[in-house]
Amino acid sequence: MNAALATDSLPDTRWAPPKGVVGMSCLIIAESAIFTIFVVAYLYYLGKDLGGPTPRQVLELPILNSICLLSSSATITFAVRALRKGDAKRFGLWWAITIALGAYFLLGTGWEWRHLIRDKGLTIRTNLFGTTFYSLVGLHASHVVVGLLALLIVMAFSITGSLKQEHADRAHVLSLYWHFVDAVWVIVFTVVYIIGR
Amino acid sequence: MNGTVNTDAISGAPSRLSNAAVDKNVFDHVHSWLVTVDHKKLGLMYIMYGLLFFVVGGIEACLIRIQLAVPNNHFLPPQVFNQFFTMHGTTMVFFVGMPLIFGFANYLVPLMIGARDLAFPRLNAFGFWLTVFGGLLLYFSYIGGDGMSGAGSAPDVGWFAYAPLTARAFSKGHSTDYWILGILVSGLGSIATAANVVTTILCMRCRGMTLTKMPLLAWMNLIMCGMVLIAVSPLTAAQIMLLLDRFVGSHFFDTQDGGSAVLWMHFFWIFGHPEVYILVIPAFAIASEVIPVFSRKAIFGYPVMVGATLAIAFVSLSVWAHHMFTIGMTSTSNTFFAVSTMMVGIPTGIKIFNWLGTMWGGKLRFDTPMLFSIAFLFQFLIAGLTGIMLGAAPFDWQLNDSYFVIAHFHYVLVGSIVFMIFAGIYYWFPKATGRLLSERLGKWHFWLFLIGFHMTFDTMHIPGVLGMPRRIYTYEANRGWGTLNLICSLGAAVQAIGTVFLILNILISLRKGRLAGNDPWDAWTLEWSTTSPPPEYNFAEIPTVKSRRPLWDIKHPTDPDWKYE
Amino acid sequence: MLTLISAQQGLGAGGKIDPALVPSIFAPESVPAHSISNLAFLVLAITAAIFVVVAGLLVYAVIRFRCRADDDGMEPAQIYGSGPVEAAWTTVPFLIVAVLTLSTARVIQEIQDAHEPAAAVDVQVIGHQWWWEIRYPKLGIVTANELHVPVSQGARRLPTFLDLRSADVVHSFWVPRLAGKTDLIPNKVNSMWIEPERTGLFLGQCAKYCGTQHAKMLLRVYVDTPEEFDRWVSQQQKPASEDSTEAAGRLVFQRTACINCHAIRGTVADGRFGPDLTHLMSRDTLGSGALDNSPQDLRAWINSPNQFKPGALMPAMNLNAADLDQLVAYLTTLR
Repeated sequence: MNAALATDSLPDTRWAPPKGVVGMSCLIIAESAIFTIFVVAYLYYLGKDLGGPTPRQVLELPILNSICLLSSSATITFAVRALRKGDAKRFGLWWAITIALGAYFLLGTGWEWRHLIRDKGLTIRTNLFGTTFYSLVGLHASHVVVGLLALLIVMAFSITGSLKQEHADRAHVLSLYWHFVDAVWVIVFTVVYIIGR
Repeated sequence: MNGTVNTDAISGAPSRLSNAAVDKNVFDHVHSWLVTVDHKKLGLMYIMYGLLFFVVGGIEACLIRIQLAVPNNHFLPPQVFNQFFTMHGTTMVFFVGMPLIFGFANYLVPLMIGARDLAFPRLNAFGFWLTVFGGLLLYFSYIGGDGMSGAGSAPDVGWFAYAPLTARAFSKGHSTDYWILGILVSGLGSIATAANVVTTILCMRCRGMTLTKMPLLAWMNLIMCGMVLIAVSPLTAAQIMLLLDRFVGSHFFDTQDGGSAVLWMHFFWIFGHPEVYILVIPAFAIASEVIPVFSRKAIFGYPVMVGATLAIAFVSLSVWAHHMFTIGMTSTSNTFFAVSTMMVGIPTGIKIFNWLGTMWGGKLRFDTPMLFSIAFLFQFLIAGLTGIMLGAAPFDWQLNDSYFVIAHFHYVLVGSIVFMIFAGIYYWFPKATGRLLSERLGKWHFWLFLIGFHMTFDTMHIPGVLGMPRRIYTYEANRGWGTLNLICSLGAAVQAIGTVFLILNILISLRKGRLAGNDPWDAWTLEWSTTSPPPEYNFAEIPTVKSRRPLWDIKHPTDPDWKYE
Repeated sequence: MLTLISAQQGLGAGGKIDPALVPSIFAPESVPAHSISNLAFLVLAITAAIFVVVAGLLVYAVIRFRCRADDDGMEPAQIYGSGPVEAAWTTVPFLIVAVLTLSTARVIQEIQDAHEPAAAVDVQVIGHQWWWEIRYPKLGIVTANELHVPVSQGARRLPTFLDLRSADVVHSFWVPRLAGKTDLIPNKVNSMWIEPERTGLFLGQCAKYCGTQHAKMLLRVYVDTPEEFDRWVSQQQKPASEDSTEAAGRLVFQRTACINCHAIRGTVADGRFGPDLTHLMSRDTLGSGALDNSPQDLRAWINSPNQFKPGALMPAMNLNAADLDQLVAYLTTLR
C-alpha cells in the first residue's frame, strides 16, 4: 500500500449511519410517495360520485381498531428495548402482543369491509367512493399484512430461541417499518374517516 | 506515472488467478453470472441488457422512420406503427435508459468511494432481475397480448398511455396489461436499487471521504437515486390504480363513471418529468468525471455543481404540468408551471458554465470519451434552449405534441444521455475489461453517430413548426413535410451504421484491444487505483483519501489537492 | 434510397405543395396565433443570443485549449473555482428568466383570459374516434370535420369561441395558423377562441394520440366573408332535401344499420355515433379527410371504409351493387 493513500495521521471523521436504518428509510420514502398518490386520488374524487352510497351514509369510525394499531407501535418499541437488554422472554411477550394487536386491526378491517359489501352494497365498482376507499384502505391493509408476516417470522425465531441480543438492530429496523404502517394509518384515518366523512 | 506503479501492488495477482478458471465449462461460467451478487458483474449485466434493448428500440425507431420517409406510405399498417412508437418509447426509457444508468451506478459507485460492494448485494441482484423480468413481460405481449378477444398483440397506447385510451373499452386484449406489469415490475426493481445505492453512498465511503470529498459521480448518483425513490413511486401507484381499473372494475381513470383523464396525466407526469432528470443526471455525472480528466484540470466549482444538481432535482419536482399546458388549466397554473420550468434553466446553465470553466485553460485531449462529451455539451445546450421555448406556455400551445417536441426530447435523451453513455463506455471499458476500445473505430462511431444525429434531429424541429403532430402513421403530401421527413429517416440510417461500429468495436476490442493497465487515462479517482478488471473484492486494502482526487495526490506529492480544497 | 429521393422530388415538382395550405405556426392568420408567434420570435431571439455566446465560448475553448503537438507534458494550472465568476453566471440567467417569464405571463393572460364579445360565433366541437362533430348551438347547425367561421376584418370583430368536449378519449384541436392547440377531454369542457383575419382554407388535425386512426383525424377550417358565412348558415339550417326520385336509396339507408350511427335531419335517422349527413355533399372530404368527397369516392368508402382508413369504426355494410348505387345516388342529393 502506498504511503499517500493511507495517511495514518488522518483521523477517521466518518460518521456512518447504520445501513439497515438508511435502507429502511429509503423504502419508507418511496412508500410514502405511493401513499401520497392514493391519498390525493381519494381527496380529488371526494364528493364527485355519480351515485351513492356516500361515506357519510355508510362509514363508521373504527376507533377500537385504531387504538389497537397505534398502541402496537408502543409495544414493538418495548419489545426492541427488551431485546437490546438481552431479555429474550420479555421481547417474545411484547412481540406477541404486537402481532395480536396488528391481527386484531386486520380482522376489524375485514369486518368493516364485510359489512360494507354485504349490508351496504358498496364494492370497488359501485362508485368513485368505493374505488378510492377500498384501494386506499386496502393498500394500507396490505402493508399491515406484509408487516405481520415479517413479525411472525421473527416470532418464529424467538420461539425457537435463536433470537439473541445482537439481533436487536435488525428488530429495530423492522420496527421502523411497523411505525411507518401506523403513521400511515393516522393519515388514512384522518383523510377517510374525518375529512372524507 | 508513479501512482500506477504503486497501486499495481495492491491486488493484481489474485485477480489474474481467479480469472484463469482453467477447468470451468461454459455452463459454470453462465451459472456464475446468473447467481452473482457482485456489483461489477451486475453492473455489466445491466449495461449489456440496456445495450441489447438499445438495439431493439433502435430497430423499432428505424422501422418508424421508414414508414414516415415519404407521405402516404404503406410500409406499416397503422396498428403496427402505433405499437412500434409505444414500444420504442417504453423500451428506451424503462429498459435502455434505466438499466444503463443503474449499470454505471452499480459498477462505479463502490469503486469510486472505496467500498467492496453495494450495501445490500442480494437486493442488488433482486433489483436487476426484476428489471429483466419487466422487460420480458413487456415483450411477451407480442405473444400473449391478444387475449380472449383476439385484439392487441403489443401495446399501442403511447408511452404515457393517456386515459381513457387504456380503459378496457378502448384497449381490448392484454397488451396494455403487459405494458402496465412490465413497467410496474421494473419500477420496483429501480426503487430497490436506488435504495441500495443511497445506502451504499451514505454508509460505506472509505476513510477520509467526507461527503464534500466524494467524486461528483457519486454525488449525482446519490441525488438521482433520491429522485427515483420520490418520483418512480407515483408511477407505481398510478399503475396499480390502472390495473385495478382494468381487472376489478374500479373507476380511477374511467371517464364513463366520473373518473378523470386529467388525474392520470398529473400522476404520470409527476413521475415523467423527474424521470427525464433521473436519466440525465447520471449523464451529468459521467461528464463531470470525463471532462476534467481530458482537460487535465480539476472540476471547476465542485460545491456549485453539487448545489446546482440538488436545485435541479428539487425544482424538477414542481414542473410536471408543463407537459399539460394544452389541457385547459387556469391561466394562473399555466403561469406557475411556465415560471418553474424556466427556473430549471438556471442551475442547468450553471452546470454548462462549470464544465466550460473546467475546460478553460486546460490541455484538452480529444480521445473518444472527450469527443462525445464535447458533443454532449453542445447538444445539451440546444436541448436546454428548445426546452425554454417549450416552457413558454403559449409557444407550447403550438409546439406541444408536435415533432418539435420529439426533436427536443431526443436532443436530451440521445444527444445528451446516449452520447454520455457512449462516453462512459469508452472511458470505463478498459477498467471493466482490461483492454482499451479501439480509438480508430471509436472515431468512426463518433463521427457517424454525430452526423446521423444532427441529420435526424436538427431537421425534425422543422416539421413540428410546420404543424406535423407526433404519433401519426402517415401524412398528406400537400403539407410540405415530405422532404424534411426523408432527411430525418436518412439520418436514422447513418446513426444505425454508427451503432454498428460501436458493436464491432466492443467485439473486436474484447479480444484484440490494447492492454489498458490500471490507469490508461492518467485519471484521479479511486477506481483507477485498482487492477483492470478489478478483483472481486475491489481493493485489497480499503483506501484512505484526503481529497477529491486521491490519485492526483499520489502523482503530485509536492502539490496535492487537499492543500486547496 | 435514391428511388425514395426521386419519388420525393417528383411529388414536390408535381406542384402538390401549396404554401397557403402548409400549417406553419410562423404564418399566423388569426389574433391568438399572432400573439403566440410574436412571443415565439422574442423567445427565439433570446435563446439564439444565448446559443451564440455559449456555443462560441465552447468552440473557442476547444480550439484555444487543445493539447498541442509540442506540449511540454506538464499539467496545466489547477483552478478549483471562483466565487465571483459563479455569481456572475448565476445572476445573468436569472435576469433572462425574469424577462422571459414576464412576457410569457402577459401572453398567457391575453389569450386565456380574453372575454367573449356578444357578436362572437359559438361553436361546440366534440371529438370522436376519429372525426370531429361540430355544432353551432345558437344556429341549430350540426356538421362534421369542416368548420366554417366568418372572417374578422376591419372594425367589426368577429371571433369564434370554441367549446371543446370529447365523446371518448382525449383529442386535441390544432389548426396552427389560427391558434395554439387545446385538448378535448372526456368529462371536462375546455374552450379556446380564434379570430381569423384572412379568408381561405386552413388545415389542421388532431394533435393528441387517440388510437389507431389518430393520423387521419384531419380538420379543415374555412374562413368565409360574413356574407358567404351567412349563406352557408342558411343552407345548413335547411332540412335535408327530399328528392322523390331517390326514394329507393333512402329506403336502403333506413333499412340498413346506417341510421344507428348517422343522422339526417327530418328523417328517422338520428344516430350520433357517426357524422351528421343532413348536408353531406356540402363538405369537401369524407372520413375526416381520409378521401375527397365525390360520388365515386363515396361509393368506395361505403363499400369498404377500412380500405381507406384501416381501423375506422364504420363497418363495411356489405351491400349489393344495386343497393350501393341507389344509396350513393340518394346521399349525393344531400346538398
